[in-house]
Amino acid sequence: MNAAWEVVIGLEIHTQLATKSKIFSGAATEYGAEPNTQACLVDLGYPGVLPVLNKEVVLMACKFGLAVNAEIAQRSVFARKNYFYPDLPKGYQISQMELPIVGKGELFIKDDAGNDKRIGITRAHLEEDAGKSIHEGLDRSSGIDLNRAGTPLLEIVSEPDLRSAKEAVAYMRKIHSIVRYLEISDGNMQEGSFRCDANVSVRPRGQEELGTRAELKNLNSFRFVEKAINIEIERQIEVIEDGGQVVQETRLYDSDKDETRSMRSKEEANDYRYFPDPDLLPVEIEQSFIDMVRNSLPELPAAKQERFIADYDIKSDDADILTGSRALADYYEAAVAASRASAQIVANWVLGELSGALNRDGVEIEASKISAGDLAGMLDRIADNTISGKIAKEVFEAMWAGEGTADSIIEAKGLKQITDTSAIEAIVDEVIAANPSQVAEFKSGKDKLIGFFVGQVMQKTGGKANPGQVNQILKSKLE
Amino acid sequence: MSDLHLLSLTQIAAGLEAGDYSAVDVTESLLARIKTHDVSLNAFITVTGEQALASAAAADAARAAGNAAALNGLPLVHKDIFCTRGVITTCGSRMLENFVSPYDATVVDRFASAGAVMLGKTNMDEFAMGSSNETSYFGAVRNPWDLERTPGGSSGGSAAAVAARLAPAATGTDTGGSIRQPAALTGTVGLKPTYGRVSRYGMIAFASSLDQAGVITRSAADAALLMGVMAGFDERDSTSIDHPVPDYSAGLQQSLKGLRVGIVRQHFDDGLEENTGKAVKESLAVLEAQGAILTEVDLPHIDLSVPTYYVVAPAECSSNLSRFDGVRFGHRAKDPEDLFDLYCRSRGEGFGDEVKRRIMTGTYVLSAGYYDAYYLKAQQVRKLIADDFKKAFADVDVIAGPTAPTPAFKLGDKTDDPITMYLNDIYTIGANLAGLPAISTPCGFDGGLPVGLHLVGPHWGEETLLRCAHQYQQQTDWHTACPEDFR
Repeated sequence: MNAAWEVVIGLEIHTQLATKSKIFSGAATEYGAEPNTQACLVDLGYPGVLPVLNKEVVLMACKFGLAVNAEIAQRSVFARKNYFYPDLPKGYQISQMELPIVGKGELFIKDDAGNDKRIGITRAHLEEDAGKSIHEGLDRSSGIDLNRAGTPLLEIVSEPDLRSAKEAVAYMRKIHSIVRYLEISDGNMQEGSFRCDANVSVRPRGQEELGTRAELKNLNSFRFVEKAINIEIERQIEVIEDGGQVVQETRLYDSDKDETRSMRSKEEANDYRYFPDPDLLPVEIEQSFIDMVRNSLPELPAAKQERFIADYDIKSDDADILTGSRALADYYEAAVAASRASAQIVANWVLGELSGALNRDGVEIEASKISAGDLAGMLDRIADNTISGKIAKEVFEAMWAGEGTADSIIEAKGLKQITDTSAIEAIVDEVIAANPSQVAEFKSGKDKLIGFFVGQVMQKTGGKANPGQVNQILKSKLE
Repeated sequence: MSDLHLLSLTQIAAGLEAGDYSAVDVTESLLARIKTHDVSLNAFITVTGEQALASAAAADAARAAGNAAALNGLPLVHKDIFCTRGVITTCGSRMLENFVSPYDATVVDRFASAGAVMLGKTNMDEFAMGSSNETSYFGAVRNPWDLERTPGGSSGGSAAAVAARLAPAATGTDTGGSIRQPAALTGTVGLKPTYGRVSRYGMIAFASSLDQAGVITRSAADAALLMGVMAGFDERDSTSIDHPVPDYSAGLQQSLKGLRVGIVRQHFDDGLEENTGKAVKESLAVLEAQGAILTEVDLPHIDLSVPTYYVVAPAECSSNLSRFDGVRFGHRAKDPEDLFDLYCRSRGEGFGDEVKRRIMTGTYVLSAGYYDAYYLKAQQVRKLIADDFKKAFADVDVIAGPTAPTPAFKLGDKTDDPITMYLNDIYTIGANLAGLPAISTPCGFDGGLPVGLHLVGPHWGEETLLRCAHQYQQQTDWHTACPEDFR
């Protein structure tokens, strides 16, 4: 981006854990309920109430830790982060500070040059979410919805190993994919279940000391992460090149104006007065529990990608995208298993037509209008020469529109490929007879005209003639 | 039946069982006494007369139907720190002056389920912060032995009510001595159980790692009766411990022969008033005469317990009291200009001086740059103190000494000097820091004012403490003494 400056980024990703009840109370965590209908006395911070840890979150944190090859702390401690805010009912957030449940880990992304790059994970800790302050639609006052208060979060902190906005997004996608594989989070970014803060700084290339960082808060889409970081990088470089200094501060990204602006500086920052929460016992985890969790882990994206490349002999990039979500990978494997087509052809279709249609209609793979089995059925018709690849696209769209299976559509629309040599020969003869001047040109050496003849034949057959056969017959007749 | 108020819990239980009187009779009698006598004592913040009569009637009906529960029809009062559903729960503070709890504390629930009848909620130091009951927003409680004097604190209302025969038993909470010191100063029995023995759910937190609920009664046998109901694991309190609950009454009769009683030298030094010390020493001689073996034990770090406590307790309280922000419940300042104003005035108006002092101290010791020097250091010393006790209990069964350095002092005497006030808990704080059970039982008088003998036990040592106090009470009658104006 800028040869003189090196960018240094670290991410703090907040993942909402997919538990049924809250981290320290029995209230439900379901999204979108009427304000304050899913907050019990514990969530409201009533006098005398006490938190009780939901053991499910410990299991989920362990799964994540093991998935990123991290140390699981045998003893971790909940601490109170003290600050006043109306949507923080107790006046403190229960989090983990000195002793987080997940220690150092790692994962690999592709860097900008396409090489594998290791990104260190510093830690991941459990904490409770705060409620929401609502300012819109209320006359000169603010509302507070505490439904979200006490929702379990896993905060995943990376090392400052990321060197561009693109790498940051690649890393975030990997984490997103892992938490969804593990089924510990729904990863829904619109609902705020997966969001991040980015620590961004720049330094002159070659300098070892880190530049002063700014923290970009609450980025809740991959696109915003990339845009916000890039804008912040530009801003910081401009400040320094204009002779100024970057101030350590928290900044907000405004997606409407596409700019970041200061929220509070370090001087205004809270002293959170962390100390161990005396209402909760340290979380003790035994090795046998860790072993049990390890044995229960599903195949993870990196391993699946390697297996796809080895077993299916498909392109590495395709394997990467196909394993991006467990549902997509499962769909792909089901289609490969059900089809006679090559695994690469299946990959091409899943990543091409199918992904295109899913994106276009905003449909998740789980809700695909064409099942893996039906897609396989269509690919078999290509493989056995019933239809051409081109006609297949028409069949695909009809299947997507719910008109039936490949076979019924081919039948109903009469799309069966013409493979009868004598039928094709008759049409070829017609085309040759109708275009004497092009025939002459071809014979005088203008080989490229073969395409013209193929096109004419295909037009006359409504695209149904087998292209390979047409080519062969044309050549033999013209030479 | 004019002297029902003089009966102990165990005596009332026997009378109810025998059909000598009904629970409604007992309740009416005590409510009448509260009405007459609490004017001079100020021991109650709320009297729940109607509710009490209804529970008493229900208890009588249950008994008639053959369904008498463990404490069927037995009257008691709760310190106003315990949340009681539908009843105002103030914690002695203006902050919660009008707070009606939507739920019952586990302790309240257990007693209600056992058929006990709650007569009302007792006065206390604001948020349990104080040793004289003078920090209560609802005014100081007066000691029935001398109305010019403090009943101690923070469970001063509970202690005064029991001493004045307005109730046979009361709940209390003890963070640094708040059950035992008032018990000593009013001539009652006060038991603070092992940390984790009784659920803290619904007990408004002061310092969570030190707070423990207990009872104030007029005999060890009554304390044993209540403990059997009160103790036990509660899944709503992560710090409560799943440890079997013994029959506390069963072992009371066992003699003290061979009981090893440790004496701590520092507990009899200059700070102890002479006649208080004399009374305590005489009580030790009684124990010895009953077969106990007295030995000196060393608690090398016990002198550090007061400073340690006044770092740990304020630190936790500064955080625990943050929820009182005027947003969802409790005192809310009128016409706030903005959020900051709402916070500042709601808390400024809602909290009294001592609470503010501790919030500020606690905020300071947890602040960046001071945490290591104060909070962390205090936790390290706390560990040393706990280790000292552990070592000592390898050689003795209980540690005995005075509960408080002086008998009840005059109201207003120490209010200008927090440090002198804090030193009142010098002998009791160690048990809280180490999470140990301890009991105070009346052992004599100093200038006409009651003196308490303090017994500390190892973890889960409640049975031994109750037995020791009970056996002592079989040889002495200090615990039956009643202040003249309240007979």
